[in-house]
Amino acid sequence: MTRLPAEVDVAIIGGGPAGLSAAAELKRLGVASVLVLERDSEAGGVPRLCGHSPFGFREFHRPMFGPAFARALVARAREAGADIRPATTVTSLGPGPRLTVTSDEGVAEIAARAVLVATGAREASRAERLIGGSKPGGVMVTGALQGLVYGAGARPFRRPLILGTELVSFSAILTCRHASIRPVAMVEPSERIVARAPSGLLPQVLGIPLYLATDIAEIRGGERVEAVVLATATGDVTIETDGVVVTGRFRPESTLARLGGLEIDTHTGGPSVDTCGRSSEPGFYAAGNILRPVETAGRCWEEGRAVARAIARDLAAPAADRGATVTLAEGPLRYVMPQRLSSDGPPALNELQLRADRPARGRLSLRAEGREILGHKVSVRPERRIRIPLPAGNYPVQVVFEEEP
Amino acid sequence: MVQSQGTRQRYDVAVIGAGVIGCATARRYAIAGARVLLLEKAADILDGASKGNSAILHTGFDAPPGSVEAACVAEGYREYLDIREKLGLPLLRTGALVIAWTDEQEAALPELIDQARANGVDDVQMLSRQETLSREPGLAPTLRASFRVPGESIIDPWSAPLAYLGQALAHGAELRRNSEVLGGRFDGEEWELRLAGESVRARLVINAAGLFADEVDLALIGTRDFTTRPRKGQFVVYDKPAAALASHILLPVPTKITKGVVVCPTAFGNLLVGPTAEDQTDRRTARLVPEALAALRRRGEEILPALKEHTVTAIYAGLRPATEFKDYCIRSHEGLNYVTIGGIRSTGLTSALGTASYVFGLTEAAGFGFDAPDEIAWPNVANISEAGERDWQRPGNGGVVCQCELVTRREIEAALEGPLGARSLAGLKRRTRVTMGRCQGFHCSARLAKMTRDVFDTPMAERLDHD
Ligand SMILES: Cc1cc2nc3c(=O)[nH]c(=O)nc-3n(C[C@H](O)[C@H](O)[C@H](O)COP(=O)(O)OP(=O)(O)OC[C@H]3O[C@@H](n4cnc5c(N)ncnc54)[C@H](O)[C@@H]3O)c2cc1C
Ligand SMILES: Cc1cc2nc3c(=O)[nH]c(=O)nc-3n(C[C@H](O)[C@H](O)[C@H](O)COP(=O)(O)OP(=O)(O)OC[C@H]3O[C@@H](n4cnc5c(N)ncnc54)[C@H](O)[C@@H]3O)c2cc1C
Repeated sequence: MTRLPAEVDVAIIGGGPAGLSAAAELKRLGVASVLVLERDSEAGGVPRLCGHSPFGFREFHRPMFGPAFARALVARAREAGADIRPATTVTSLGPGPRLTVTSDEGVAEIAARAVLVATGAREASRAERLIGGSKPGGVMVTGALQGLVYGAGARPFRRPLILGTELVSFSAILTCRHASIRPVAMVEPSERIVARAPSGLLPQVLGIPLYLATDIAEIRGGERVEAVVLATATGDVTIETDGVVVTGRFRPESTLARLGGLEIDTHTGGPSVDTCGRSSEPGFYAAGNILRPVETAGRCWEEGRAVARAIARDLAAPAADRGATVTLAEGPLRYVMPQRLSSDGPPALNELQLRADRPARGRLSLRAEGREILGHKVSVRPERRIRIPLPAGNYPVQVVFEEEP
Repeated sequence: MVQSQGTRQRYDVAVIGAGVIGCATARRYAIAGARVLLLEKAADILDGASKGNSAILHTGFDAPPGSVEAACVAEGYREYLDIREKLGLPLLRTGALVIAWTDEQEAALPELIDQARANGVDDVQMLSRQETLSREPGLAPTLRASFRVPGESIIDPWSAPLAYLGQALAHGAELRRNSEVLGGRFDGEEWELRLAGESVRARLVINAAGLFADEVDLALIGTRDFTTRPRKGQFVVYDKPAAALASHILLPVPTKITKGVVVCPTAFGNLLVGPTAEDQTDRRTARLVPEALAALRRRGEEILPALKEHTVTAIYAGLRPATEFKDYCIRSHEGLNYVTIGGIRSTGLTSALGTASYVFGLTEAAGFGFDAPDEIAWPNVANISEAGERDWQRPGNGGVVCQCELVTRREIEAALEGPLGARSLAGLKRRTRVTMGRCQGFHCSARLAKMTRDVFDTPMAERLDHD
């Protein structure tokens, strides 16, 4: 492989759907040098290890399995002329923009006119969720399970318990089935399955006992998981099992961005951006799941493409405006993204994306100077999309959710 | 040296237990020329009390003056500084702030400063509220005052014992894992230690069995003069951006039972909050308790309010080998060629080298001497801390495998090799930090499973053969 270039027009961190679609689009728009830096041994992002459907509707107009979808995205970006470098990890960001990367060759510095951060999201680990008990082997997030099954051809357990009922939790079930792993139970802390039907019906169809309003009280085991104690509404239940899949509760993979000085929105956990994907730091943009937890591959792909157009425009004529703020009032809503409205150029992110922390009903409205400019009654649930069209004009707005008692 | 009629199974010294104390003790005797055998019942070294601590290299400023512990801590501290560069070990000279949050605590500071001076730590420095805040702007402004102990430092809690043991091996010591000492007999000259299915002979036996030191005493010499009372300590570890919030080790004013909840940087660029102090009878399992972990988070946020915005990346717990005595329980059993090192409660990482020298002194006084080698070897351990250059910064590293902790393929391969090679994921973690970062294995599990398939005693996952 040739050496990494020391200077490029656009450096893209992360070769997932968002980064790869941005790369292809930038090349299509005539940007001379576009470099994609991907830390994994192959580009493609999370779908590369999702040996299941559905991917690709939006991008290729047909249902695809994750790996085929990932390969197709890589091929498109490469054909468009992007320079894709797998096995290359970005370790720090600096003003300029400037990047430090590491690979088998050691450390290198890259200067770019613009940097797109597209590092994706990951699931909250057992540690992050403060799950108690001992620390045996066999406790992992869905991403790790998929890596083991599809990436390493390995079976880490035979009868695991699955924590969570988000969409990704059902990916975990499908992955288990692929490896002849039979989950013993599915456990959901809230009172309802989080994902929509039909995925939500999967446990029933497959005869996996479902425990709602239940949390893991304790994981037991020495070398390997031996049992899990569940705290249910009616008391503790001990289930013998040899593994735990901790699923969902995604959070943006934003440590690199944060250490690089990009302003982080504590609600999304990702960098604050304006409607063009511009972060707080000049020359740094973000797209895909790093912006918020969590969207489908198709939407991330779309976002990458749209932010690429904003980048290409800015390279020709830099934007000056920092944009008006979008803020969130206290309530059941967890986040709103983008965090700023820019009047410099057509928006790449063309709606306000919101998510709720808990189920709630009430009036969702957008206010400017205390005056409602848009509003309607809604019923919201966690991990479901909530969208508000972008307000016309460039003034600070606040998102308010007035709950019905 | 060993007499010629001896078999391969005959040693000068058998050390029971490869915790940090056993590793340092094996080193001390090996570099003095003894033929040393280190016996560890677990699949890997550092599997007991030494697997989870705060990693502070204590000056001993708050040790009980005149105690064996104070002497061993002071000597351990001194020797660590003396040898660490030769072994490639890191030192983060952060210093500590002992912070008073109430009137009562503020009133206790002068006495603590006197105690520090009595322990020979005389560079402590009283700081007003303002002075404290200007040094640590992230602290909650409700603090009253503090004093600074410049010498308190952070080290790498796994590489240090690994380096001690590596040096012992370079001097001919042997390590046997999965080798529990079940019993033994002293014939007036020599010990015969019984392991599962075999026995070994040694002139001198040193019991460094940590949490089990009292039980090993019972099994070998038929009596014990202390009883282990395990004291659990739980921790939460924050992701790297949180490390910017504090540059010192932040200590509370200690109470009689515990040093209290500490907020401190780690050698790996994280921030740690803990430990709790919970007495229990179980010597094996340090159970994590969600409520206690949540309370640690809250305590951390009280001390450093900005911690609220940071994520926890790891949780762990350790067991202190406490006893009914406050001081260490180090006993040389004259006439039995036997030494017990028990009750190395909460300062063993710091004191290990000092404790080893102390014990060496006891046996020397009892007549044990060895032919010192002409030269001392100083094998380097691989640096995995942020204090020095890391492998990912050098060419030919094979690429990064664990992305959060930037662990390279070459580092992992090296950690799996040789007589000290990791034989379990836990052991590999301690040697390289793989999977210890924010994603907890999301990205690297698959590659690790492949790389370790034929190496670990229990593989991470079985092979999927489609049938
Ligand atoms: C288990 C699972 C199942 C899923 N199933 C579906 C599904 O069925 N259908 C669907 O539409 N969506 C699914 N998704 C969601 C989908 O995978 C994501 O929406 C999509 O991959 C997001 O794209 P992205 O480019 O933002 O991030 P990612 O795909 O996460 O890509 C980010 C890339 O950045 C790289 N990277 C990160 N940090 C660095 C760095 N410092 N240096 C270099 N590279 C770096 C990463 O290695 C990664 O390749 C699933 C997700 C998961 C986890
Ligand atoms: C929460 C916590 C925080 C701490 N913080 C610090 C700190 O910041 N600084 C500091 O200096 N110290 C600290 N310590 C203290 C330090 O970790 C301990 O003092 C030290 O680890 C004790 O080591 P050890 O070798 O005596 O015991 P262990 O590590 O328990 O080693 C004993 C070994 O003997 C083995 N063994 C037992 N029985 C047998 C047998 N029959 N045959 C063979 N092998 C056997 C065990 O498997 C074990 O590996 C802390 C401790 C805890 C728990």
